Amino acid sequence: MSLSGIFLMLFLIVHLLGNLQLLRDDQGMQFNLYTYFMTHNPLIKLISYSLYFTIILHSIQGIYLAWVNRKAKGSKYAVSTNTSDSFFARYMIHLGLLILAFLLIHMYQFWLQMKLGAVPLVKYPGHEHDFQDLYTPVVEVYSNIGYVVFYTVSMIFIAMHLIHGFHSAFQSLGLNHKKYNGLIRSIGWLYAILIPLGFAILPIYIYLTQA
Amino acid sequence: MKLNLKIWRQKNKESKGAFEKYEVLVNEHMSFLEMLDVLNEQLIDSKKDPVAFDHDCREGICGACSMVINGRPHGPNGGTTTCQLHMRYFKNGDDIVIEPFRARAFPVIKDLVVDRSAFDRIIQAGGFISVNTGQAQDGNAIPVSREQSSKSFDAAACIGCGACVAACPNGSAMLFTAAKISHLGLLPQGKVEHLRRTQDMVKQMDAEGFGFCSNIGACEAECPKEISLENIARMNRALIQASLTSE
Repeated sequence: MSLSGIFLMLFLIVHLLGNLQLLRDDQGMQFNLYTYFMTHNPLIKLISYSLYFTIILHSIQGIYLAWVNRKAKGSKYAVSTNTSDSFFARYMIHLGLLILAFLLIHMYQFWLQMKLGAVPLVKYPGHEHDFQDLYTPVVEVYSNIGYVVFYTVSMIFIAMHLIHGFHSAFQSLGLNHKKYNGLIRSIGWLYAILIPLGFAILPIYIYLTQA
Repeated sequence: MKLNLKIWRQKNKESKGAFEKYEVLVNEHMSFLEMLDVLNEQLIDSKKDPVAFDHDCREGICGACSMVINGRPHGPNGGTTTCQLHMRYFKNGDDIVIEPFRARAFPVIKDLVVDRSAFDRIIQAGGFISVNTGQAQDGNAIPVSREQSSKSFDAAACIGCGACVAACPNGSAMLFTAAKISHLGLLPQGKVEHLRRTQDMVKQMDAEGFGFCSNIGACEAECPKEISLENIARMNRALIQASLTSE
């Protein structure tokens, strides 16, 4: 759970850095060149297959964990309390399932459309071959206020999932040290807020500039 | 002071169990268990079945008293057992809900008494050090650093009451098992078998049907002996090391 989670957290950084190219005011040329690189570099291909595998693995691990733990608890208390310093820890499976649903929709909207070749093609000077114009469907989706809200709310779920997930991964690997615990928690909070915020800015910015 | 109690009554392992309401008159100097004693005297006087609950030393060191008071194992105060909880922390007319520890590995035997023998079997799986008996060694024959002995002692403060399991939404026994593993493994006498012990005790813990740890921290918050999550991290480290190096 922790190792797959850490891999996914590293992926989020790369994914965000790549996607921030959407903010460039060049009709998506930089973003489409980047998309071409990400879909044609053999090393990236290998990493993306590891990513698909890790997403599935992390989901299965999470569902299995929740299932075993629910069985181990048996019955609930008549009076429930929440005494721990990790509020979102109790809702990881719920948040996880919401995020999985988001991922399926997200991948259907962009990844699957590209794989099916349903994305328009575009030519850029200095290159003989065509490029898939992923920028156009992205702008199309983010011009719809419903999707902008959907993406933003999903990012809030991811932030809540990460607030517990980040420091929890370290604890599971046995990395708990009085000297560094505070640092891990602080970096965890920063990461959990900044990364989803970065992602949420994209649909909001595109929606506002398109309007 | 008058209290309105709602107590879980269950005849035996097989029966279903339900809450029953009682009223009891107590004074604020009584401990929580003495309050239950008063209730039981009332019940016996009226020819009713008294409430079964575990208790032994009544001074916070045996780990016998086990109940969930208003949703919290050992009651509302941090770092205390039920027997150390006094009625002065409640007000006249308070409603108090008393339930047994809940976890699949801790089946209810009767009322508030649960079967915690799973903990004994975890200890039997590795909670010991293998040394030849014979004459007692000189006390200072093996040097132990102050830091190590303090950490070991902090872990050894675990009284095995099971509040960690009761508090955990996953019914996990990681804090208990980790405390026992740390207590022995931090000292030179226990270090020799540390990795094997960790593997054996964790294996038994899983076999007993306890859940997995998801680092919620409710165990640490409810532990009457304030055992730290640091011990769970130490156990995880040993487990990773053992799985990489064992044959």
